[in-house]
Amino acid sequence: MASDPLLRIRHLSKRYAGQTVVDDLSLDLRPGECLGVIGPNGAGKTTTLRMCLGLVGPDGGTIEAFGLPVPARVREAKARIGVVTQFDSLDPDFTCAENLRVYGRYFGLPRGVIEARVPKLLEFAALQAKAGARPGELSGGMRRRLSLGRALINDPDLLLLDEPTTGLDPQARHLMWERLKLLLQQGKSILLTTHFMDEAERLCDRLIVLDHGRKIAEGTPRGLIAEHLESDVVEVYGDGARAAAERLRPLVARTEVSGETVFFYTREPRPLLGALTDDHSVRTLHRPANLEDLFLKLTGRQIRDDA
Amino acid sequence: MLIPLYRAPQPSLRFWPVVRRNLLVWKKLAVPSVMGNIAEPLITLIAFGYGLGSLIGAIGGEPYIRYLASGSIAVSCALAATFEALYSAFSRMHVQRTWDGILNAPVALDDIVFAEMLWAALKSLFSVGAILLVIFALDISRAPTMLLAVPLLGVVGVTFASVALVFNALAKGYDFFTYYFTLVLTPMTFLSGVYFPVEQMPAWLQAVAHVLPLTAAVELVRPLVLGQWPAQWLQPLGVLAAYAAVGYYVALVLTRRRFFR
Repeated sequence: MASDPLLRIRHLSKRYAGQTVVDDLSLDLRPGECLGVIGPNGAGKTTTLRMCLGLVGPDGGTIEAFGLPVPARVREAKARIGVVTQFDSLDPDFTCAENLRVYGRYFGLPRGVIEARVPKLLEFAALQAKAGARPGELSGGMRRRLSLGRALINDPDLLLLDEPTTGLDPQARHLMWERLKLLLQQGKSILLTTHFMDEAERLCDRLIVLDHGRKIAEGTPRGLIAEHLESDVVEVYGDGARAAAERLRPLVARTEVSGETVFFYTREPRPLLGALTDDHSVRTLHRPANLEDLFLKLTGRQIRDDA
Repeated sequence: MLIPLYRAPQPSLRFWPVVRRNLLVWKKLAVPSVMGNIAEPLITLIAFGYGLGSLIGAIGGEPYIRYLASGSIAVSCALAATFEALYSAFSRMHVQRTWDGILNAPVALDDIVFAEMLWAALKSLFSVGAILLVIFALDISRAPTMLLAVPLLGVVGVTFASVALVFNALAKGYDFFTYYFTLVLTPMTFLSGVYFPVEQMPAWLQAVAHVLPLTAAVELVRPLVLGQWPAQWLQPLGVLAAYAAVGYYVALVLTRRRFFR
């Protein structure tokens, strides 16, 4: 059936040295969809992807990719999967074109198929002019696009992307997003991990929030915000911010103090904004609630030591 | 379902693209690589063979240079395979993350370990071929049986590559390999009848020498390079095969543990 999930995970769990890294995780990735997995460092995102690739054996639960059990039949599944990992594994001794060609051989693709795909993928990665350059001569954004191009050499139906834009400058990130949207338009399915909320909001049809290996929320980006947050956020900074927090708390649904900044969450911001206009000891920023607010609400503001 | 660490090797033909990958890198650096592999044994041959040889005379009726050349070719083979399966494989496995990239394709870790073992053996044969040419060119030996030494040296390469991959799987950094060279390989070259006959040593050391893979290699390769037949085939081939089989299996299990924990 066309609506069967490409990836079906049920009650997946993984423990390392007594510590639970993935805890009873279930998810479905439907054809043509971009599913985002967001969560702080150490939430279990990468471990989950590695289990989907048969590189980590789960302690419990099941994974099926294209209806094939993983890891038992992972080789067949991998023939239809493309992977971009957080750390580049490009071959430093090969040119861009050779990187693609050699990778194609790992899939057992015939020479003719590989030779036809390499120029197209270089173009897709905006690297036509760099076909003869080695990865060491490329910028971070170019290397990441080459990794994406390499992941497409087998024309996969499913892409697993682990923090694909971490470490890139804004121009390179936007180009990467544009390419990923193009792939979604072509009907590819994507499972994406990220901790950039703007990335999740732009690309993903659905999101799963992971923390300490557990799924703590699931839904569309807008739906999750509506479900968990008030519609408006007013950020207040400055010497008088903490005093304002005490004074104005009754006007809003919820306040949060982080360092010298106070976050007011409300569905009706006008009384608060009115009360703040004459307070010259603070600066204010009024904006709609976004995924970052949701993420911080669900996973907390404290820094993760295992980051 | 945890990934089983101890199961038998699961071979598949997907090892071949991995060998081809290494071959493609080697082709880019082939000339300096082979030059380096020839220069060192050539210097040893000239310095010790002619220099020391003029003092020693002959061993077992052979001029020392012939004795030395026919033994040290086994050492060169063992060292070339070891070096490739330690430093170069470690670079690909750990530093460059090449193996991680390959594992995301439909290639299993078993394929990669097999490919690395085979590649290291193949690369040792490139050095061996070059040294055989030097032996031929300097007229140290021109025996036709030298050609038979080549496949045997391939077995020697497989043996030393397999054992080296055990240490590759255990390594946290390159420094670790220094121990393997200084504590294992260098002493072995002195005990294996390369520079002087094993019979010169005390009986208990001779007993040790006879279970060393390099002694087995020298026993097989030396006569063939000099135009004779080995006194025995089975015992030395058995020693090489045992080190290769046990080494390869242990290397595979330890590499699986390293990757899959």
